[in-house]
Amino acid sequence: MLNLLPVLGSLYLGNHDPMALVRALPGNISQGLIWGIMAIGVYLTYKILNFADLTVDGTMATGGAVTVMLILAGYPPVIAVAMAFVAGMVAGFVTGILHTIFGIPDILAGILSQIALYSINLNITGGKANQAVSVDQFNLLVSLRYISKTILVTGIITIAIIAILYWFFGTERGFTIRATGCNPNMSRAQGINTSVAKVIALVFSNGLVGFAGGLLAQYQGNCDVNMGRGAIVIGLASVIIGEVLGEAIFGNKLNFCGRLLFVVFGSIIYYVVINFVCWLGLPSIDLKLFSAIVVAVFLAVPYLRAKSKNSYRRAAKGGTQ
Amino acid sequence: MLELVDVYKTFNLGTINEKKALNGVNLKLEAGDFVTVIGGNGAGKSTVLNAIAGVWPVDSGAIIIDGMNVTGLPEHKRASVLGRVFQDPMTGTTATMEIQENLALAARRGQFRGLRWGITKKEKKEYRELLATLDLGLEDRMTSKVGLLSGGQRQALTLLMATLKKPKLLLLDEHTAALDPKTAAKVLELSDHIIEDHKLTAMMVTHNMRDAIIHGNRLIMMNEGRVILDIKGEEKKRLTVEDLLRKFEEISGEEFANDKALLG
Ligand SMILES: Nc1ncnc2c1ncn2[C@@H]1O[C@H](COP(=O)(O)OP(=O)(O)OP(=O)(O)O)[C@@H](O)[C@H]1O
Ligand SMILES: [Mg+2]
Repeated sequence: MLNLLPVLGSLYLGNHDPMALVRALPGNISQGLIWGIMAIGVYLTYKILNFADLTVDGTMATGGAVTVMLILAGYPPVIAVAMAFVAGMVAGFVTGILHTIFGIPDILAGILSQIALYSINLNITGGKANQAVSVDQFNLLVSLRYISKTILVTGIITIAIIAILYWFFGTERGFTIRATGCNPNMSRAQGINTSVAKVIALVFSNGLVGFAGGLLAQYQGNCDVNMGRGAIVIGLASVIIGEVLGEAIFGNKLNFCGRLLFVVFGSIIYYVVINFVCWLGLPSIDLKLFSAIVVAVFLAVPYLRAKSKNSYRRAAKGGTQ
Repeated sequence: MLELVDVYKTFNLGTINEKKALNGVNLKLEAGDFVTVIGGNGAGKSTVLNAIAGVWPVDSGAIIIDGMNVTGLPEHKRASVLGRVFQDPMTGTTATMEIQENLALAARRGQFRGLRWGITKKEKKEYRELLATLDLGLEDRMTSKVGLLSGGQRQALTLLMATLKKPKLLLLDEHTAALDPKTAAKVLELSDHIIEDHKLTAMMVTHNMRDAIIHGNRLIMMNEGRVILDIKGEEKKRLTVEDLLRKFEEISGEEFANDKALLG
């Protein structure tokens, strides 16, 4: 039986070239880095603010649309992507207002913004679902065609973002956001305006997501009204994979900087894994199904593990013994 | 220091859950008063404290703290003059932040929070000394997450946080009720010390009549959203648990929940 394995293996690998995986690695890394910036945005809301923000699916496409249209209008790609950041901030602000001033629950506030953004994004691109921007015509910051430049540029940007966030969350204002996410009642008792704290976090989170959308559009050479569909799932996958991995390696010693870094690693790993399952033969139409299952499993496992240590069935059997 | 004038609050007005929680509360505290608050379940004790803190707006009446009418101010704007400790040890601190970071949050109550460091080196030194006074060993765990502390430790920390910036009024709502008897006694003693040392004006809700009698210089009893008894000075010093039970029956015409726990 055992000596059959290599035979089966080589049969299977016959039409699966392992080198293809290696060749795809730089592309996975650059894609992972761009989505890593988006995932850091998700980390700010989901982990720090304790707010499941679904705006991001729309914001990602908004960032792409704004960037591409500005580049086509002759603005430098740097300015274009900076404006994508601003557009994202506006989207986050709207969600924040819907939630804090109009009392709409977090998930619903995000969904409303997301749906509204779909129309807005189409308006930005002049009604077209897709707008191309060619790296041959414009000096884009990042591109599929220049992977090492992409890795360098996004790597530097990522480090800068992590440094800024590390600083910010060590300030008085940053403290208010961390406290609001963990214990809003206590925060108000300590004189913190929790509504303001929530809006600030949403604004910066969506700013980052819009920015990532701007980079992604340049990278793939177009923006698409559907480019953000399921972004929240990819962001969550990155956050969770990064967290599981980071805590497995560093345990409690992992500080805030480390956590953000691991979010980016999580995103890179996500794309390596996706590439791997495609290589194994998963049809691309099933990719989102696969992503959803991965996230569901990663969310469920810690919960079930905690529960199994603490279950009625086990208690009925007489505990650990 | 504190004045409540005809304060009314009804919850869920116009629904079947309508509940008149405050029914014209009048109360005046002098600076330095330490008032213990007793009364049966649902008497409105927590509601009075929440009204003072501004958790929600009251229906009518006025709340004046140290000459300032705060009736129209939201919770976070009143926080600068109030220190609060709640019954549930989980509610007063931020579990995911370090012990020293929690103190730093409290130290900035009522200040604008900008882009200066959330905690400075100088503060860390001060907090170490301050925590040492608790005698719980917390000074050596300053960078531990508060979520790792026991309920008693968290309550002691909350008390420090509530008084780090001297409040005009300290509100304690059954803040030892969730602790074991020994820890409860310790936290209560700590409360006494802090109130005395800083000459604070304080209100402390308790279900323990003996504690209500021993602590503070004044005692009020609440029933059905009103202050029905207010005892101070010499009269309070002579008070016994039996007196209190009898007084309650006289005034309210009903028997105080026949609960042994009330006797402490
Ligand atoms: N936020 C709220 N919404 C609706 N009803 C409330 C609310 N807060 C208090 N109540 C009601 O107001 C009444 C007074 O409650 P309160 O919590 O002040 O009682 P208490 O004197 O603190 O009692 P306990 O000793 O049980 O803590 C109760 O009937 C309670 O159900
Ligand atoms: Mg109460």
